[in-house]
Amino acid sequence: MAARSYVMKIFGRAPVRRIQQHMDKVVLCVAELEPFLKAAVEGDWDRAREIQGSIGTLENEADEIKRDIRLHLPKGVFMPVSRVDLLEMLRLQDMVANKAKDIAGLMLGREMDVPASISNDMIEYARRAIEAARQACTAINELDELFESGFRGAEVELVGSMIKRLDEIEKQNDQQQIKLRANLFEIEDDLNPVKVVFLYRIIDWVGDIADLAQRVGSRLEYLLAR
Amino acid sequence: MEFATTYLVLACVFGLFMAWGIGANDVANAMATSVGSRALTIRQAVLIAAVFEFLGAFLAGGEVTATIRKGIIDVAVVSDKPELLVIGMLASLLAAALWLLAASSRGWPVSTTHTIVGAIVGFAIAGIGFGAVEWGRIGAIVSSWVVSPLLAGTIGFVLFVSVQRLILGTAEPFRNAKRYVPFYIFLVGFFVSLVTLLKGLKHFGLGFTTLQSYLLALGIGVTLALVGKIYISRIHLDPALDEQFHFANVERVFGVLMIFTACAMAFAHGSNDVANAVGPVAAVISLVTSGGAVGREAALSFWILLLGGGGIVIGLLMYGTRVMTTVGSNITELTPSRGFAATLAAAATVVLASGTGLPISTTHTLVGAVLGVGMARGISALNLSVVSNIFMSWVITLPAGAILAIVFFYLFKAFIT
Repeated sequence: MAARSYVMKIFGRAPVRRIQQHMDKVVLCVAELEPFLKAAVEGDWDRAREIQGSIGTLENEADEIKRDIRLHLPKGVFMPVSRVDLLEMLRLQDMVANKAKDIAGLMLGREMDVPASISNDMIEYARRAIEAARQACTAINELDELFESGFRGAEVELVGSMIKRLDEIEKQNDQQQIKLRANLFEIEDDLNPVKVVFLYRIIDWVGDIADLAQRVGSRLEYLLAR
Repeated sequence: MEFATTYLVLACVFGLFMAWGIGANDVANAMATSVGSRALTIRQAVLIAAVFEFLGAFLAGGEVTATIRKGIIDVAVVSDKPELLVIGMLASLLAAALWLLAASSRGWPVSTTHTIVGAIVGFAIAGIGFGAVEWGRIGAIVSSWVVSPLLAGTIGFVLFVSVQRLILGTAEPFRNAKRYVPFYIFLVGFFVSLVTLLKGLKHFGLGFTTLQSYLLALGIGVTLALVGKIYISRIHLDPALDEQFHFANVERVFGVLMIFTACAMAFAHGSNDVANAVGPVAAVISLVTSGGAVGREAALSFWILLLGGGGIVIGLLMYGTRVMTTVGSNITELTPSRGFAATLAAAATVVLASGTGLPISTTHTLVGAVLGVGMARGISALNLSVVSNIFMSWVITLPAGAILAIVFFYLFKAFIT
């Protein structure tokens, strides 16, 4: 006789913990940007290459988890939240790590030096973006509790306040971006034009990290609202 | 009657075989939510199943047994040829037992109840005639197969929403769990014992009045709740557990509740499903010994229920334990708070059906209850394709049981005449 119970088969593999693991991995990946930028500012490209390597590895690991989650969420799975919303949130999480990889790749490839007058602001700016990703992760870490409470009551409010905090961080990051762009604008005439173009691009991309983190948060809000 | 002893022996052997099959496979399905939520160890689950399956069969299995025995076929039609009915019941038993064995070995989600009812109706149509079947009764039984999962689903939904409102969704879930869980335990004890007292104990000749039954059930409920409260008071908040998952301590409290609901579920399963094996045996015995006095019926069902309950326990110990172990090692997100809501909803529905004499499918009812909890956003992932497989399977099971029963019926008939 088959030694298994068919009743048990109706319980699918819940993606909750894997999604949290994915976001943890994404944050580890993004957090490497801070030491990477410091190395870049100091012109220590050996160290930067090393860190860029570990960013790549972490991004790959996140990709693996993402693929695994998708494979285990076939269409016939019924969940307390919309499957589409959940997968979209996962996609956004993954894009955060991708962006970090792009930034490190571009800066290393061009050995981009950051002008001394904006380097501190730049690091501060990246730090805030990383903080946004961390805050998104904190909210995502409540996902298992949300599922446990059936998306109702005190837990929903807690996550709501976490998302509000995330929005604030993103807004601060926006302000920093405006300031940083203005400072760069002031000195751009003294710099190599090609370098300036790419510096603007890096500033954009770092801002994208905070932006994507915020979008992860709003997807999470979608899950709550339904 | 010719071959009377042969009939009796065959009936007991086939009945035991069928009961063994139910114990070997079906019990694990009924206990899946209890074992799968890890509130119980395998050893505890097997012990609970053995004791409460037996008690359920013995104390509350009489009504459904009576339905299978004499509710499906109009006995008056065959009063001049009782042998036909005897052979038919034996054929149905063997057909159902073999079909179940085959289906379980392939992991098909079939219901013991649907199999035996299909088998009996099949042989009755082919062997006696279309008019021999109590179609009105069959209609009621078949509609109960639709109603029972729906009812269990609704109860499961309501139970889980109440858990959300009272416990999980509050600012202090642990304190509220400790406060409200004894009340759920009371519900389990009160409801199961009330239905059993009102409906199940007839064959013991114990005539409680309605008021007595209510009072007794109330007493049992309160006693169990107090026992539960003592257990729960020993659970202290362990902050280390809550670090990873804030509801870990709350689930420990639900774990206590789960023990009680697991008992109720095993009891319910015993009270309904043992009849599938025992009903035809009872029919054969009462036909063979029909020369005897009517008053013998009570004593009759007494030892036959014992046989059925015993068979289930043997099957459980020989094979069911292994199935339960695989259930327990499955990785699921089924927590005790969910397991309890689904299991209690199913147990209540099944006990109610047993009291009314309706043979329903315990596992289908349990699946309905699980879906109900899922609708309340309680279960993180459900494979709907598996669910539809389970509900489709009875479309196959009814004709399969019927055809097998017809084949065995003509085989036996050819042997004997």
